[in-house]
Amino acid sequence: MTKKIQWSPYLLLTPAVVILLAALAYPVGWQLWTSLTKYGLAQQFGQPPEFVGIDNYVQMFATPQIWGVIARSIAFCLVNAVLTVAIGVGLALLMNAAGKAARMVLQVALLLAWAMPVVAAMTVWLWLFNWHHGIVNWLLSSFGLDFTGHNWLENPLSFYFVATVIVVWMSVPFVAFSVYAGLTQVAPEILEAAQVDGASGWQRFTAIILPIIRPVLMIVLLLQVIWDLRVFTQIKMLQDAGADYTSTNLLGTFIYSTGVDSGDFGMAAAMSVFVLLLTMALSAPYVRSLMRQD
Amino acid sequence: MAANIVKEKLRPGRVVASIAAMAVALVWVFPVYWMLSSALLPNAVLTSTTPTFLPFGGSLDNFAQVFAKGTFFQALGISLVVTLVAVFCCLLFAFCAALAISRYHFKGRTSFVLAVLFIQMLPAEGLFIAQYKMMSSVGTATGNAIGLNSVLGLSLLYIAAVIPFTVWMLRGFVAGVPADLEEAAMVDGCSRAKAFFRITFPLLAPGLVASGVYAFLQAWNEFTVALVIMQKESMQTLPLWLRTFIQASATRETDWGQVMAASTLVAVPVIIFFLLVQGRMTSGLVAGAVKG
Repeated sequence: MTKKIQWSPYLLLTPAVVILLAALAYPVGWQLWTSLTKYGLAQQFGQPPEFVGIDNYVQMFATPQIWGVIARSIAFCLVNAVLTVAIGVGLALLMNAAGKAARMVLQVALLLAWAMPVVAAMTVWLWLFNWHHGIVNWLLSSFGLDFTGHNWLENPLSFYFVATVIVVWMSVPFVAFSVYAGLTQVAPEILEAAQVDGASGWQRFTAIILPIIRPVLMIVLLLQVIWDLRVFTQIKMLQDAGADYTSTNLLGTFIYSTGVDSGDFGMAAAMSVFVLLLTMALSAPYVRSLMRQD
Repeated sequence: MAANIVKEKLRPGRVVASIAAMAVALVWVFPVYWMLSSALLPNAVLTSTTPTFLPFGGSLDNFAQVFAKGTFFQALGISLVVTLVAVFCCLLFAFCAALAISRYHFKGRTSFVLAVLFIQMLPAEGLFIAQYKMMSSVGTATGNAIGLNSVLGLSLLYIAAVIPFTVWMLRGFVAGVPADLEEAAMVDGCSRAKAFFRITFPLLAPGLVASGVYAFLQAWNEFTVALVIMQKESMQTLPLWLRTFIQASATRETDWGQVMAASTLVAVPVIIFFLLVQGRMTSGLVAGAVKG
């Protein structure tokens, strides 16, 4: 065999690479550069951006309001990811333990929730939690609690509670199905043998099931952390439904309001770079696990 | 079979688990049910003090009113064009790239795969500011053929966002068709192109359909980038249109019946498509973590 350079693979890659460079690489580069400049309203009207080094980053971590947004985002992301995975594992175990018909019913219900487009789902949840006519307030009131006319979005904590309910509702199906696929790898004979030997349900879970599903668990947890860190649509639509923006902003909505609404592109770019770096760092183990199967 | 049924009945644990599973299913599906049910009921019934749990005596009036607005069809048109352009280009480009990485060994292959996997993780929320600025300058340069409030501009960003995962999905399918098949056909006198289109391509059709539906769902449901790029009301995609539909409530009481009818219209086609590809999406995302 003679060795000559094969051009065909490079030709085949060209369109994909060109698109990725134009629509993703260039914006990333622009963002890195802009994050090092003062790029505000004056620059919008033609003044050249002024190079300020890492000033935006210093300011980002020094301003209590921005620092608060970062802290809230990380807390929100961790709480949601852990809750989602815990409930997802619970439902996967339930699917495994339930009879065939009940399992099918649960799977269909989860699939329907999973399939809902995020904006459609948000409108439904806004309707469910509507302060005046929503079913949630009606249900709670009919249990004897005083929730008539309760505005869920007024208080930031209760705002995040609603956001968490929605995000968890949407994200659990993916976790449940992935973990259930992992559970099918556990041979029922081993579990029965352990039961005969007197292992309790919890012991069987931690000693047999958990080690087998650990790889899936790590990946779905990682993906949830990455996805919940960038949560935008849910927060934005809840805010638009009548919440105070400043006290409920998370990273995504904060970048949006800093850049698109206020025109402070230098700071918005610095925040975006921060989000990208955080995501890249978190993605590294996930990418490594995918590379292993290539 | 009979023995199995007896065995199932004898296990109290399974009965409890089945009941619990049904209860959870009820909770999980409730919002979807509530959307459909509310869509069929007039607003007067929805806003009465006691909720109506079953839409008896419901009608399709809410849907008729949504259609009568006209803006629905405008948004539907924009969404369709943006999505179809994005799906077509994405499939074509991703398919070429998948062929390259699964059929050839070349310098830079591993770096490309690594880059694709990393790019797939880039959040739109960390990029939209730059994409917004880029589209606004490109718009000035191209006379708004590509730019803010342009169908092509949004499509371009969607293609880039969806290509990485599509390449990754298709790569698996292409690798699943043995190259020997093609070579055998070539030995029998087919040209390379003919061997490819006669032998490999039909075997790849399911993979292309699955990836196409995936790309469709991503572009059709996308909200963040659309919100930034399509700021003109006449250029709204369906998700943006649905958002403004509720926002009309700032001045007057929201007609929840109509909002739910609108949500149903946006959601139902998506749910049908989603059920077609769900299995492949799950396995693609956690591949490597599940053996077998």
